[in-house]
Amino acid sequence: MCALAHVLEEAGIATVVLASMRAVAERMNVPRVLHCEFPLGRPLGMPDNAEFQHGVLSAAFELLDASSGPVLVDYPEVVEAVETPLACALPPRFDPDIAPSIDEAQGLRAAYERAVARRGATEVGRAIDADGVAGALADLERVAAGEHWKEVYGPRLDTIAIAHDIRAYYQEAALELAGGPPPGARQAEAWFYEETEAGKTLAAARDALTEQEAPSGITFYMQPVGR
Amino acid sequence: MSSDQVMRDMMANLPVPEFESTPWASPPPLAEATVAIVTSAGLHRADQDRFDGRGDVSYRMLDRGDRELILGHWSSNFDRAAYVSDHNVVYPIDRLEELAAAGTIGAVAPRHVAFAGNQPDTVSEVRLDTGPAAAAELRADGVDVAILTPV
Repeated sequence: MCALAHVLEEAGIATVVLASMRAVAERMNVPRVLHCEFPLGRPLGMPDNAEFQHGVLSAAFELLDASSGPVLVDYPEVVEAVETPLACALPPRFDPDIAPSIDEAQGLRAAYERAVARRGATEVGRAIDADGVAGALADLERVAAGEHWKEVYGPRLDTIAIAHDIRAYYQEAALELAGGPPPGARQAEAWFYEETEAGKTLAAARDALTEQEAPSGITFYMQPVGR
Repeated sequence: MSSDQVMRDMMANLPVPEFESTPWASPPPLAEATVAIVTSAGLHRADQDRFDGRGDVSYRMLDRGDRELILGHWSSNFDRAAYVSDHNVVYPIDRLEELAAAGTIGAVAPRHVAFAGNQPDTVSEVRLDTGPAAAAELRADGVDVAILTPV
């Protein structure tokens, strides 16, 4: 983003970067930076809060008044991530003959569909669609149980995209089920990894892949750092 | 330590591309300026190609009226749920429309730009090729000011 600021500015477009990583921005001679200490993934700070977002934009536009740079200003309000899991009930066990993760995913399908209908879009679809979630979990259960990934997936390992899609499916369903204002940053993530069977399956599969010396670039991005 | 702090500490120690000087464009007064959003969130319409996860240097042009774009950045290391709740937290297009209606900014650009932030470390292609190409498209639309929103 900071490199693009240079490129745009050289083309005659005045830029303001809403930077969340101050240490990066301050090393790159960027023309105008509003450093916002907000959770990563939220450059405007707060979802569903137009007043807050306007405050950030207003501060960003003020930097255009400077006559020379670099200019780096800290936005005075800080937003912290919330590490406690989102309060969202999980479906009861329905079919004892299938793996808990698959049973759970199927139980969330109606909520997921409501979420997609409401928004008119879904983040699921990088590798699989909603119909593919159960099968993807079945594959991950096999890896977690010790089967070698090449037996399960063949030569091409696409588990970053698969993990993304499963997590997106769960998070979209959870936001719908929880209702109310958007949760704090990391709450949906914490719910997925700490409370759902699918999150546990994904973590176990990632550990198994690491043991099998699957490419580290893939296992690293299967889930957030620190999990 | 929070995941965000882990990421910030990681990034603080990575080498960054060197820029020895600071270019400087002088925009017209804000109330006369055409404003675009340039994001590195990898946003795209469902009918546009997805970004790939291996240092994709391409960009997508987003039309002013596009909403409910897909968040195509590959990283699992940021809060992806906030965007699902409200696209404006990454892509404040509705806020720009409000500012234009109020006369605070001159106009909302007809097109906006999305790159995917997970770039090769040198960012050479963005500096020399796709970045200037995107900038030229914005200039052709009369854009004076860009708000850059990374995730």
